[in-house]
Amino acid sequence: MSAACLLLALPAFAVQPGEELADPALESRARALSYELRCMVCQNQSIDDSDAQLAKDLRLLVRERIKAGDSDAQVLDFLVDRYGEFVLLKPRFRRDTALLWLFAPGVLVVGLAGYLVWALRSRRRDGPADALTAEERARLEALLAEDRDASRTV
Amino acid sequence: MIAEIGHYALVLALALALLQSALPVWGARARDAALMGLASPLALGQFVLVAVSFAALTHAYVTSDFSLLNVIENSHSAKPLIYKISGVWGNHEGSLLLWVLILTLFGALVAAFGRNLPDRLKADVLGVQGMIGVAFLLFVLLTSNPFTRVDPSPLEGQDLNPLLQDPGLAIHPPLLYVGYVGFSMAFSFAVAALIEGKVDAAWARWVRPWTLMAWLFLTLGIAMGSYWAYYELGWGGFWFWDPVENASLMPWLSGTALLHSAVVMEKRDALKVWTILLALLTFALSLLGTFLVRSGVLTSVHAFAVDPARGVAILIILAVFVGGSLALYAIRAPALKQGGIFAPVSREGALVLNNLFLTAATAAVFVGTLYPLALEAATGEKISVGPPFFNNTFGPLMLPIMLVMPFAPLLAWKRGDATRAARGMVGAVGVAVLATVLVAGFVQGGPTLAALGVGLALFAIVGAFSEVMERTKLFRAPLGESLRRARGLPSSSWGGALAHAGMGVTLLGVVAATAWSSEVVLAMRPGEQIDFAGRQIAFQGVEQRPGPNYRTTAAELVVREGGVEVARLEPARRLYTARKMDLTESSIATFGVSQLYAAMGEERGDGKTALRISYKPLVTLIWLGAIVMAFGGLLSLADRRLRVGAPRKAARASPALQPAE
Repeated sequence: MSAACLLLALPAFAVQPGEELADPALESRARALSYELRCMVCQNQSIDDSDAQLAKDLRLLVRERIKAGDSDAQVLDFLVDRYGEFVLLKPRFRRDTALLWLFAPGVLVVGLAGYLVWALRSRRRDGPADALTAEERARLEALLAEDRDASRTV
Repeated sequence: MIAEIGHYALVLALALALLQSALPVWGARARDAALMGLASPLALGQFVLVAVSFAALTHAYVTSDFSLLNVIENSHSAKPLIYKISGVWGNHEGSLLLWVLILTLFGALVAAFGRNLPDRLKADVLGVQGMIGVAFLLFVLLTSNPFTRVDPSPLEGQDLNPLLQDPGLAIHPPLLYVGYVGFSMAFSFAVAALIEGKVDAAWARWVRPWTLMAWLFLTLGIAMGSYWAYYELGWGGFWFWDPVENASLMPWLSGTALLHSAVVMEKRDALKVWTILLALLTFALSLLGTFLVRSGVLTSVHAFAVDPARGVAILIILAVFVGGSLALYAIRAPALKQGGIFAPVSREGALVLNNLFLTAATAAVFVGTLYPLALEAATGEKISVGPPFFNNTFGPLMLPIMLVMPFAPLLAWKRGDATRAARGMVGAVGVAVLATVLVAGFVQGGPTLAALGVGLALFAIVGAFSEVMERTKLFRAPLGESLRRARGLPSSSWGGALAHAGMGVTLLGVVAATAWSSEVVLAMRPGEQIDFAGRQIAFQGVEQRPGPNYRTTAAELVVREGGVEVARLEPARRLYTARKMDLTESSIATFGVSQLYAAMGEERGDGKTALRISYKPLVTLIWLGAIVMAFGGLLSLADRRLRVGAPRKAARASPALQPAE
């Protein structure tokens, strides 16, 4: 199935001549929505990218709903009712997608917190960051005595 | 006969790998110099044997030996020679053999050039490399043997997937694999350090060139893959957030973080525990990438080898190496001594920020790629995670990186002076603001944010050179002195500046091509002409042409500017006869760094031909930026070689620091 679809989808050709809406504002909304909708019989393609028959039908359907006066959210709701969450390339924030959305920000927050704790702790343990060890002080003396320019390493 | 030699060489290589993974490590524990000394000859022998095996398979492809199942399934006697050769790795079995070949090549390089590595470290490193070799050689021999014979053998092969019959494919996987597998060196060094329970600045110095080399090849490999998808898949996108692309992006991101934290470790003896973890994770992500691509667990445009049994085998390899190394890490890492401390505003502090954001960005790609699989496995619920998700999560995480990037080199180690660094950035900020205003004011169309994107990109490009400007005293000292200083700068300073500027160049290309691309989709009759992107494009007609193993139907378009012909576009469809597979061949005309892109659709009954023509301003900067980045990496690498003969004073003062190679 997937292989067959790959073959179908390869001469990729997105929006066909004659599919576009006459009103450019509506058409650009339709294009923007198309990027967020999956061509469900294809491999990782939006309906905007695929020239599978289903993608074509969905493109027309999106445009029909827009012409009928639906808002973007209503169009998406309509499609999710019909095809399930799978049709959305950007999953909505729900209980079972919370981890998906919060994972990367969580890593960042935990990382920042960990760094902060570590920085505070090592400061308490070792004194202020600009204190030099005896060895470093000796090296500094030697370097200063020699060449000011060479003391700056990459 | 030659195929049997190849097969046998692979079995012998496995035997050597088994010895290599046991004897030197044991020798290092028992302080037995003879056993440790075995590591190098074993690694070299293993490489020679795998190379023989690879040569045997290549021979079978070049001579179209259709008694081999692998050749039947992926080759055709009429296929051009270059694709007969690249076809060797254009399939599951062959690409794994290439993987092992590169793995053993790295082992051999350590054996040959790692003379000044301490004996025990070298023995441990090669031992770990041997273990990886055992795992993958077993995998090839047991589940993916490319030397399986077929009797009776057919007269003709089934040809290579036409998508892969492209010069891009000839070089994309080898580049990518050198990157992936190159990170195994960082992994082996990290595991060796954990076994020893000792890690110092010298360790970071040995690891950095290997990581840098892997990184620069991975950069080129990803860029190559992106350009290949751009012109081959026919709809002109340059990045699809396809799981397989993500699989290569993840090790790149964490490898980039690793490069930066290794600098801190080398110069300041700090961030040891973190650097070791990154080294383990980066290779784990490389293995994960191999798993994702090779198991077919993700159905994506790249999944041309689908076989669940193999997936399970790679999953076991993944679990053993990742689980094993992380367990070792948990046991040994607390024993590693913490090194130099630093203030939050310092070069180290900036690099920690870089690491945090790069790690979070890796996490975003990781979760977006694997979450749908995990959710479906756990609950049966199917969801899609596509480009809009990544744009919303990955994008915002890259912004701070681009902003902090130019500052870091201006900050001093240990304790930096933020005001002074900011003063060094005045020029870059000025250029960025000016560019933003100009773009917002004069460029028609596109989202308003795009102007800020251009500003940010220029900030990164100009800012990248602020350290070099500072150190050459450009505009503050006579030009002659600045030139003299510029020549005296270590090439790694230039390397860093170029790599950072390359990021900005790529960003500029991404912003421009996303915001200001224009596109028409239309059905044209021969003789018709349209005005598009300031040019006239005339459709001449359709022509049939024969090819070696395909037939071409090409549309001929003439591009004129003010009546003068400036380019010809010949988008085509190819029918590959052996596989009965139809393929679009896009046609591209480059104007400066912008491109006109044409793809051909169906010929319709009414004598019209469907055509899709796009204009993509500055699009080539996306890949040129990557080349600039890789060149920066190369310069930094060259710097390390130069130091071998002439260690600097700082290095001499502390006996622990030895040149890298």
